[in-house]
Amino acid sequence: MQLKTFPGGLHPPDNKQWSAHKPIEDCPLPEELVVPLGQHIGAPAVPCVAVGDLVKRGQVIGEAKGFVSVPVHAPTSGEVIAVEDRPHPMGRDLPAVVIRADGEDAWGDLLAPLDIAIAGIDELRQRILSCGIVGMGGATFPAHVKLSPPDEKPIDTLILNGVECEPFLTADHRLMLEESDRILSGIAVLQKILGVRQTFIGIEANKPDAIERLSRACADLPVEVIPLEVKYPQGAEKQLILACVGREVPSGGLPMDVGVVVQNVGTCAAIADAVLRGIPLIERIATISGPALVEAKNLRVRIGTPLRKLVEVCGGTRVEPAKIIMGGPMMGMTQLSLEVPAIRGTSGLLLFTADQVSTRPEGPCIRCGRCVRACPAHILPTTIAAYARLDLFEEAEAYNALDCIECGCCTYSCPAALPLVQSIRYAKNAILAKRRKV
Amino acid sequence: MANQLYLSSSPHFSSGESTDRLMRQVIYALLPAAAVSVYMFGLPALVTLLICTLASIGFEAVCQKLMGRPRTLGDGSAALTGILLALNLPASSPWWMSLIGAFVAIVIAKQIYGGLGCNPFNPALVARVVLLISFPVQMTRWTAPAPLSLSFDSVTSATPLGQAKEAVMLHGALPADLAAGFGDFFLGRMGGSLGEVSALALLLGGLYLIWKKVITWHTPVSYLATVVVFSGIFWLVDGTRYPDPLFHLLTGGLLLGAFFMATDMVTTPVTPRGMLVFGVGCGLLTVLIRLFGGYPEGVSFAILLMNAATPLIDRYTQPKKFGFVLEKA
Ligand code: SF4
Ligand code: SF4
Repeated sequence: MQLKTFPGGLHPPDNKQWSAHKPIEDCPLPEELVVPLGQHIGAPAVPCVAVGDLVKRGQVIGEAKGFVSVPVHAPTSGEVIAVEDRPHPMGRDLPAVVIRADGEDAWGDLLAPLDIAIAGIDELRQRILSCGIVGMGGATFPAHVKLSPPDEKPIDTLILNGVECEPFLTADHRLMLEESDRILSGIAVLQKILGVRQTFIGIEANKPDAIERLSRACADLPVEVIPLEVKYPQGAEKQLILACVGREVPSGGLPMDVGVVVQNVGTCAAIADAVLRGIPLIERIATISGPALVEAKNLRVRIGTPLRKLVEVCGGTRVEPAKIIMGGPMMGMTQLSLEVPAIRGTSGLLLFTADQVSTRPEGPCIRCGRCVRACPAHILPTTIAAYARLDLFEEAEAYNALDCIECGCCTYSCPAALPLVQSIRYAKNAILAKRRKV
Repeated sequence: MANQLYLSSSPHFSSGESTDRLMRQVIYALLPAAAVSVYMFGLPALVTLLICTLASIGFEAVCQKLMGRPRTLGDGSAALTGILLALNLPASSPWWMSLIGAFVAIVIAKQIYGGLGCNPFNPALVARVVLLISFPVQMTRWTAPAPLSLSFDSVTSATPLGQAKEAVMLHGALPADLAAGFGDFFLGRMGGSLGEVSALALLLGGLYLIWKKVITWHTPVSYLATVVVFSGIFWLVDGTRYPDPLFHLLTGGLLLGAFFMATDMVTTPVTPRGMLVFGVGCGLLTVLIRLFGGYPEGVSFAILLMNAATPLIDRYTQPKKFGFVLEKA
């Protein structure tokens, strides 16, 4: 059978064998949790606890500010020992609530479970907001915003993203295998909110067990599992939509412009917990892997757990790590230390050794066209990057720099080791900054 | 904690493909053709190959030193240019002509433009054409194949394309025994420049490059297909004046050009569609020059002319960006 996919992209070695067969383990509670108030795209939450307060697991510690924002909850019970700026995985020191765990891990008062047959759509959306649900594929966009399309954009299709195309990561894979019932409950909630005509789950063909498992579970439901070709970035929203339903999201547009809402399977499971059990988003599954580690694992991690703890649980390091990456190797962010906490968008933690760190000097572009063939946005990375390096942003914009989805395929494939996506990102920022000013 | 932690923005993974590796692969792919030429033409061929290659590397080193550019001999591009240049020369080339060729290729056609990646024209072809115009006698004194010869006083012979052109000009018709030589052409027993001789060796090298994903099929396939179709039309119209497509395919520098020169990355389009346009353009020009031009062979001119058109082709063959159609709707 011809598997569905999109044009462009590439096949990096997937490196999932290290953790794909490891069942999800609960990561033990650390003594101290650092819970950043901004873990999502949009305005950070406003703290509503003070130093010395005792908090319970699931209690709100930061309130949403504005529509594109979500509240933050205490991951466990304990005492607030600081509300201050702390190192954040995004690179700067940002406001966070620091909790010393009391070890009881006692739940606070949770919101009452909702019956989706009775609950109103606004009530469901409100619940998703109250529980702090954000996109857990890594983008961390507040879920309730995605689920509130304006009236003039009718939504007829829901796509669940179970692609997990980043090398090394297997968290979504394990979730689909071990906790498919959470995903299915979440789908029911999403279907009710959106009133969609069709629902698909897109999964890369390198996870046959997950495909089979979900296909069987969905046999009697209005949900279809679509096996997709193994190709990066198959899980990028627009590429996924094209592969699943053949619709091309307009340049500069959003999935809702073609009647589609995409949610990650992890987000979907979190939505199920929020609606059916009243549990806020205080933990997630993350893949801890990489050659510098003794053992790769899939861990259920409380938000705010320092990365150091995750490494310890995996047996520590075999050699000094030369690069610490939060997320996958194609789009993840490097970290300065293991003291930063895991946050809602932490899909993985990778420790690379010096062997994996490329320090090859860049050469001149030899116009080989590899970046062009790999680019899923169908733009000319080499041309845009060349303009960006000369600070010629208007030219870069004319060559569609803003259509770049920053997947990194160009840089990955360049024989001259040119930092293409890095230059393009720089141009995009400059173009957007200028637009804001005008 | 680690003594040295690398911070960088994504991606943190790379294909490991490198410019040096690509150039090396092309050199490997040229080895069969080079070996056949040394077998067919003997010592003079080997000497020409060596002079061109070493001189190219030497000129590159000197230029980089004088121009204060980083030394990049390791990328193999100078050696590759040297080998390609040699394969474009007759075996009987005097040593000074090889030297001038290497100078033109590396200094004039490449370094003056800014070095690797900046030259608009294929350096080896520029050198060939400069030599052809400056030293027409030496450049068209083709030696007859003399397997493993050690002698520098070789018998001269015409190339099949030259014979065909001459016959048509003098008698208004092709020589009768044209097709008789196909087996020889395929294996390399014919007069010509070093790299023109064996279709088999060139084909092997070309397929190796495609198999190793060094080049894509677009340029060679569109180039060769265009030559076959276009020359086929003339042949069908008048088979006594115009040679058949197979003759065109197997003789002259077509296979060398299609697999190794028209696929030179620096001087050809970056988009797959652009490569197709480039190949078709090369094919049309090659056939036109061969049939109607002053020279019997048109591959070099065709590719150089298309090199000049490359920026234009790139401009008009930009891929349709993702989400473009719906935006216009
Ligand atoms: S230009 Fe942007 S979209 Fe295209 S390959 Fe590079 S990072 Fe990906
Ligand atoms: S992949 Fe690198 S060398 Fe090749 S065309 Fe793109 S920028 Fe140039």
